[in-house]
Amino acid sequence: MPLVYCGACSHAPGITARADRADTQTRQALEKAFGRMGDEIRATKPDALVVIAAEHFANFFMNNMPAFAIGMADSYEGPIEDEAFLKIKRTTVPGNKALSRKLIEKVMQTVDVAYAEEWKFDHGISVPLHFLTPDYDLPIIPANINCQGPPLAPLARAWAFGEALRAAADSVPERIALIGTGGISHWPATPDSGKINQAWDQEFLRRWSANDREALLSYTDAETYRDAGQGGFEIRTFIAAAAAARGAKGTVQFCEPVPIFAVSCTIARMAVAA
Amino acid sequence: MSLYYVQKLIYELNRDPRTRARYEAGRDAVLAEYQLTDEEKGALVKPDIGLLYVLGVNGQLLMHFAALHKIEWPDYLERMRQGLKDHGQVREGVYAATGYEGVEAHDARLKQEREKR
Repeated sequence: MPLVYCGACSHAPGITARADRADTQTRQALEKAFGRMGDEIRATKPDALVVIAAEHFANFFMNNMPAFAIGMADSYEGPIEDEAFLKIKRTTVPGNKALSRKLIEKVMQTVDVAYAEEWKFDHGISVPLHFLTPDYDLPIIPANINCQGPPLAPLARAWAFGEALRAAADSVPERIALIGTGGISHWPATPDSGKINQAWDQEFLRRWSANDREALLSYTDAETYRDAGQGGFEIRTFIAAAAAARGAKGTVQFCEPVPIFAVSCTIARMAVAA
Repeated sequence: MSLYYVQKLIYELNRDPRTRARYEAGRDAVLAEYQLTDEEKGALVKPDIGLLYVLGVNGQLLMHFAALHKIEWPDYLERMRQGLKDHGQVREGVYAATGYEGVEAHDARLKQEREKR
């Protein structure tokens, strides 16, 4: 089946961990936007949700760091973070090993993706799922891009990964939904946590919504580091989602800078025909 | 400098309960398995979050290492700031401090902008 849903959202741990410290109105609006995204995903009746997230050393380390990885298991545990810190209860989330394998085999036709039969979720997946599928009743296929430990895969390869995921999703009879998760500009886990380059975020989302491949791939890592912080390397997940939308245009449904959450909290959707 | 091994030990302490138990039972034996300078060993054992930050430990590792030592989020941020005062700018990696007005001032500015809209 052709991809039934494609979107992108934030995954910052502060969204749950420091929820009580944010402006109530803004937090409620964000939670509502997440809820709507969950409803829209369910409305497309997906058999599985591919979540493209960013590496945070939950599963991989610099001794053996895949540029791209996809989980291949019937279940996954998460979050790895301290439950009291993240304020999300550790749980087992369903996967679909056979479907993962089919998708991985197809992705491998164009991108040398690593597979992982063991995978722990961190906030990159657990925070979005907490809002999108709070009952954990939709099988998840986790995918990972190294956005953390340079050298990082070039943006053009993140695009190729998204294209490969799209071709894979379209090749199976199951109905596949896909989201990318990440921050845009942010300086997480530094003394500058909370710094947000709002103008840069807006421009990035403009390019994303236009699904302008050339403009999305034109950022150098040096520019991103300067203007959007080391957290900005996570644009790779948004870029992969844009590629998976295969030319469809996007809508930013919610975008508000929330310093205590350390990002412009974002919910966006690509208009793939379901 | 052996930042890689500092980070590897932190990663294993964060993620592997068995390494954590061995470390608690006999710290020196575990430390000896990694190529570490005396400065790095000292920073790990204390733990001196500020110095580890300045040495260049990735924030996605250091954040959890701080939590492991029951250091709360605001205290973690403060210890990194103190590290910058004591030891100067971050020496390696991509987690350098770049200057920021702070969450409270930023929130106040955003609130003003929202009211103008």
